[in-house]
Amino acid sequence: MRHKLTIALAGNPNSGKTTIFNNLTGSRQHVGNYSGVTVEKKEGNLKYQDYEIKVIDLPGTYSLTAYSPDEVVARNVIINEKPDVVVNVVDASNLERNLYLTTQIKELGVPLVIAMNMADVAEGRGIKFDYDILSQLLGSEIVRTVGTKNLGTREILDAAIKTASGASGITDKQVRYNQELEEEINKIQVLLAAGSSAAREAASSAEVIPDASSDYLYRWMSIKLIENDRDVRQKIESLSAPNNIFQQVEKSQQHLREIVGEDPELMVVDGRYAFIRGACQEALTYTEEDRISATEKIDHILLNRILGLPIFLGIMWLLFQLTFTLGSPPMEWIDSGFAALGELVSAHMAEGLLQSLIVDGIIGGVGGVVIFLPNIILLFIGIAFLEDTGYMARAAFVMDKLMHRVGLHGKSFIPMLIGFGCTIPALMATRTLENRNDRLVTMLIAPLMSCGARLPVYTLLIAAFFHQSAAGNVLFSIYLIGIILALVMAKVFRKWLLPGDSEPFVMELPAYRLPTLKSVLIHMWERSWLYLKKAGTIILAASVLLWMLFTFPMVDRQGNEWASATQQMEQSYAGQVGKAIEPIIKPLGFDWKTGVALVAGFAAKEVVVSTLGTLYSIEDTEALAEEDEKSVSSFAERAREHSGHTPLSAYCLMLFTLIYVPCMATVAVMRRETNGWKWPAFMVAYTLVLAWGVCLVVYQGGTLLGIGI
Amino acid sequence: MGRSLSELMPGEKGRIAQVQGRRSIKRRILDMGLVPGSEIEMERYAPLGDPVEIKLKGYHLSLRKEEAENIILD
Repeated sequence: MRHKLTIALAGNPNSGKTTIFNNLTGSRQHVGNYSGVTVEKKEGNLKYQDYEIKVIDLPGTYSLTAYSPDEVVARNVIINEKPDVVVNVVDASNLERNLYLTTQIKELGVPLVIAMNMADVAEGRGIKFDYDILSQLLGSEIVRTVGTKNLGTREILDAAIKTASGASGITDKQVRYNQELEEEINKIQVLLAAGSSAAREAASSAEVIPDASSDYLYRWMSIKLIENDRDVRQKIESLSAPNNIFQQVEKSQQHLREIVGEDPELMVVDGRYAFIRGACQEALTYTEEDRISATEKIDHILLNRILGLPIFLGIMWLLFQLTFTLGSPPMEWIDSGFAALGELVSAHMAEGLLQSLIVDGIIGGVGGVVIFLPNIILLFIGIAFLEDTGYMARAAFVMDKLMHRVGLHGKSFIPMLIGFGCTIPALMATRTLENRNDRLVTMLIAPLMSCGARLPVYTLLIAAFFHQSAAGNVLFSIYLIGIILALVMAKVFRKWLLPGDSEPFVMELPAYRLPTLKSVLIHMWERSWLYLKKAGTIILAASVLLWMLFTFPMVDRQGNEWASATQQMEQSYAGQVGKAIEPIIKPLGFDWKTGVALVAGFAAKEVVVSTLGTLYSIEDTEALAEEDEKSVSSFAERAREHSGHTPLSAYCLMLFTLIYVPCMATVAVMRRETNGWKWPAFMVAYTLVLAWGVCLVVYQGGTLLGIGI
Repeated sequence: MGRSLSELMPGEKGRIAQVQGRRSIKRRILDMGLVPGSEIEMERYAPLGDPVEIKLKGYHLSLRKEEAENIILD
C-alpha cells in the first residue's frame, strides 16, 4: 500500500519556490482560490518511492503576521491542514532575510526541511556554507538545491520523508528570546494551556485551539498575543477564553515597555534576527570581498536617472506590441475560422431557430471566448518573462511616484497600459499586484482605458459626423477623457470605496535571473486555461442570452414572420428594452435605436455600429464596418433622420461607448478574478452611472452653448 | 536625534537606530530586516526622485521616501 504524505512549500517571494514546485509536480498541478480571499491556491501531486505525495504551494511571504492575507493564509494552512512536513525554500544568496520566515515556521512546531535554493549563485559570490553546522543550529534537515537546473529535487523528497517519519535525528531548535520576553511568553502560555482545557470541557468544539499535545502552538500564540496579532486575538476571543489571558498580555506588554524599555514587537523581530545572525556567523564564510554584482551593473543602466524612464517605456512598448501586434494575425485566423464554421453549419442545416442558435448563439459565443486567447497567451509570456527576470519590480520602482499620486501602486501601470489593447488581459494582469485594494481599484478603472474594440465605433462615428480635419482631435479627446476619468475614479475609489492605508512600498528588488522556458510556459498555460475554464463558460452563457434577446419573439401576435431584419430587431426583446430605456437616455440625445445598439454593445463594443446599421435598414453592414465611403454617408444621413443624431449626440455616443461596461467578457473575467459577483456588479453599475452622468453634462452643456447641433 | 534614511545621498551608508511610524508599516519594515543596528547603504533614487533603493544584509530593497522618513539613523 502506498503511504500518503502532504508537503507544504513555504518561502519568500523570489526564492525560486515556484520553480521548485514545478520541478516537484511537473504539469500535475491545479490552481484555485482559498475560500473568501483572492489568494491563489496551488496544489500538485506526485508519486515517489512508495509515497503518494500532495504538494501545497503556499503564497510567497516574508513573514507570518496578520497584516497581509497571504501571510494569514500561509500560516492557517500550516496550522489547520497540518501538512506532514513543510519544505521552506530559501534563497541561499540572501540567507539572513530568508531565514526570518524559517524561524517563524519553526515556531508553529511543524516538521521542517530547508531547501537552500540558488546555492550556485551564492557559491559564485564566494559564500561557503557548512551545511552540517547550519542544520544543527537551525534544528532542521538542509538540502542544497538549484531549482533552475532541477538539482536537489529528489533530495528534498528524501529529506521530507525522513523528517516526516521522525527519522532525521536532528534536535529541534527554536529562537530563544531575551530573558524578560521569555518569562512573559511563559506566563501567557501557561494561562492558554489552562484556558483551552477548560474550554474543551465546556464545549467539545476545540477546533480553534489546537490539541493540548502541541505545546508549540501555545508558545506561538503567546508570542503572537504579545505582538498584538489581531487574528490570533480574535480566535481566542471567540472561545470566550478567560479574561485573565488578555489581562496578562496587557500586563506583559506594559512590563516589557516600561521595565525593559522596548517595544515588545520589536523585541520579537530582533530576537529572530539575532538568532539568525548567530547561526550565519558560525556556518557561513565569505571567501571574497563584497564586489559589485551583475545585478548592480545592470541596474546601473536600467534604473539610471536619465535612461531609466525611456528604457521602461521602450520595454512597455515591446510588451504592448508583443501582445497585440503579434496577437492580431492569429485572432484574425480564429475570427475567420469561426465565421467559416458558421457558414458551413448554415449551409448544411435547415434555416430556422436551431440553425440560428447554433450559428449566432453558440459558434459566435465560443468564437467570442477563443478570440482573446492569442492576446492572453502572448501577454502572459511577456509578463512571466518580466516577473521571472526581476524587471517587474523595477518597472514598479520607476513608475511608482506617478501612480502613487492617485493612490495606486507602481505595478498598476502595466494593467492600465494593456487596457488600451483589451480589457480582458488587463484585468488578468492585475494579478501582479499583491495588495487587494490596489488590485481592486486597478481592476475597476482599467475598463476606462479605451480598448481596441471601441476604436471602430469612434472612427465610424467620426467619419460620419465630423469633418476630416477635426477627426484626429476628436479621437484624441476621447482617449484623453478615458485616462482622466480613470485617474479621477482611482482617487475617488481610494478615498471612499476602499479606504485604508495604501500598501507600503517596501519591495524587494531581486537579483536578475534568466527565466527557464518551462516556468514561462507553465505560467502562460495556467492563465490561459483558467481564462477558458472560468470566464469562458460565463461568456458563452451570456452570448446565448443576448442572442435570445435579439431573436425572440420570432413572429408577431398574429404569428406572421417579421418582414425585415430591421423590423425583427425592432420588435425583439432587445428592441423593447431599447424602447423602455428611451426616457432615461433621452437627455443624452439618444433615441431607442441608440439604446438597442448600446444593449448589443454589451456583447462586444464593435457591434454598436453594426446594430445601428441594421436598425437604419442598411443592408450591407459589412461595408459599413470597412468604412466604405458611400455606406458611411448613408449611415450618417439615416442616423440624423431616424435617431436625430447630431455631431454633439454622436460625440456623446462615443463617450458612452468609452465609459460603460466594456463587454460581458470583462464582467466574466472580473467575476473570476475577484471570486464573486460583487465587484463585477459594481463595475457594471458605476460605469453605467458615470457614462450617463458624463454624457448628460456634455449633451446638455453642448446644447445650451449651441455646440455641434 | 539622527537623520532619517530618506536624507541619505546615493552611496552613503548608515546604521539604523530606530524605526517609527504606523504599526503595520513599521512591522513590515522590521520584518524585511531593517532592525536597529543594521547597516544600510543608499543605492539610488528612482528616475522620478521617489522611491529609493537601499542595500542591506546583501540584498536590495525599495521604499518610498515617506516610509524611509520613519527610519532614523545613528
